[in-house]
Amino acid sequence: MDQLITYSLHLADTTLILAQRNAEWCAHGPILEQDIAITNITLDLIGQSRNFYQYAATLINQSAEAVAEPATEDSLAYLRTEREYKNLLITELPNGDWANTILRQFFFSVFQFGLLEQLQKGSDAQLAAIAEKSIKETTYHVKWSSEWVIRLGDGTEESHQRMINAIHNLWTYTGEFFIPAVYEKDVLPHVDFDALKSAWLEKITEIFTEATLSVPPASFMQTGGKTGHHTEHLGFILTDLQHLQKTYPGAEW
Amino acid sequence: MIPELQTIWSLLEEVKDPEVPVLSIPDLGIVREVKIYDDLIEVIITPTYSGCPAMDMISMDIRLKLLEQGYKNIRVSYQLSPAWTTDWMTESGKKKLQEYGIAPPQEKRVRKMLFDEDEEIICPRCQSSHTKLLSQFGSTACKALYQCQDCKEPFDYFKCH
Ligand SMILES: [Zn+2]
Repeated sequence: MDQLITYSLHLADTTLILAQRNAEWCAHGPILEQDIAITNITLDLIGQSRNFYQYAATLINQSAEAVAEPATEDSLAYLRTEREYKNLLITELPNGDWANTILRQFFFSVFQFGLLEQLQKGSDAQLAAIAEKSIKETTYHVKWSSEWVIRLGDGTEESHQRMINAIHNLWTYTGEFFIPAVYEKDVLPHVDFDALKSAWLEKITEIFTEATLSVPPASFMQTGGKTGHHTEHLGFILTDLQHLQKTYPGAEW
Repeated sequence: MIPELQTIWSLLEEVKDPEVPVLSIPDLGIVREVKIYDDLIEVIITPTYSGCPAMDMISMDIRLKLLEQGYKNIRVSYQLSPAWTTDWMTESGKKKLQEYGIAPPQEKRVRKMLFDEDEEIICPRCQSSHTKLLSQFGSTACKALYQCQDCKEPFDYFKCH
């Protein structure tokens, strides 16, 4: 049960933090249609987070350690500390330019698509139901971000160079997708992470080839987010995200 | 169908999608089931998209509508699986969308494959099929933005999902 709670929180934190980053583009997108696109993706990610947080809250409240104050989706999002957050490191990195934002969404969405397919086949009915709902949205995210990777990679000299810089910034954060934490192995005994990684790499290679970009060689990969060891960026995100609830506890509107 | 169930379904016809007010929630296909217990009415709905901001408002509107008719004990529950699809939208719902100027979902099957050919969408104003996609993401999560190449009008398309 504890492992399932932690895993649900890991999924919820990951989509919440990525949503929080993408939301920084709200009203700053390169053109109106793309501003709307990135914020729509943000909304999908927040919706997915809410489903995972609600599930985690239900499990926490059912478990023996339940405290007087029941957990809610809000308490889980607003009142947990940096070390308690289990999001993937790649989601908390600063947005950088549009190329960097696009590439992160592309890496993440292709990974998430494969993972959600697996969750649908898993033994936990609620995770499977959330995955069934989410994968339809993720399909759009993959399509949209792939098209942008191709457009920028195979675009101008400037956009091509920006994609190369983005690959340089993000590549070492992609390994964490496929290095399972203890709780993941426990909750997902049926998932072959190496197979998930090969399928991901195949898709990345296909799109990169079309985008005239090269896939970097295997290298050192950053880890830590899944166990609560974060970059210096997460603290700032949470300060922003949690400011209101910490200043005015229990505030509602 | 027992008469009271019939009554509740017809009351639900009066609850509209706040983002597309010509559609009732049964038209939209999000009411999965209505159950009547001794003194409790349960309405089970499913979200269109995970982050659909209209869901909270819709469940409040259901509650208000039933309270208004004298029902006191009402429960609105959410069900995620099976996931909502535009296939559940009624034919009359599709017609209302069309008249409202939004192209209704035009495919029968849900696509999950990546990189399909872009679909040919019919302009709701002049019925031309000579249209182009401006953005996969439109004014709400469930819509995409198109433009008609003949009458030049931009229009919303209610995406197949
Ligand atoms: Zn037209």
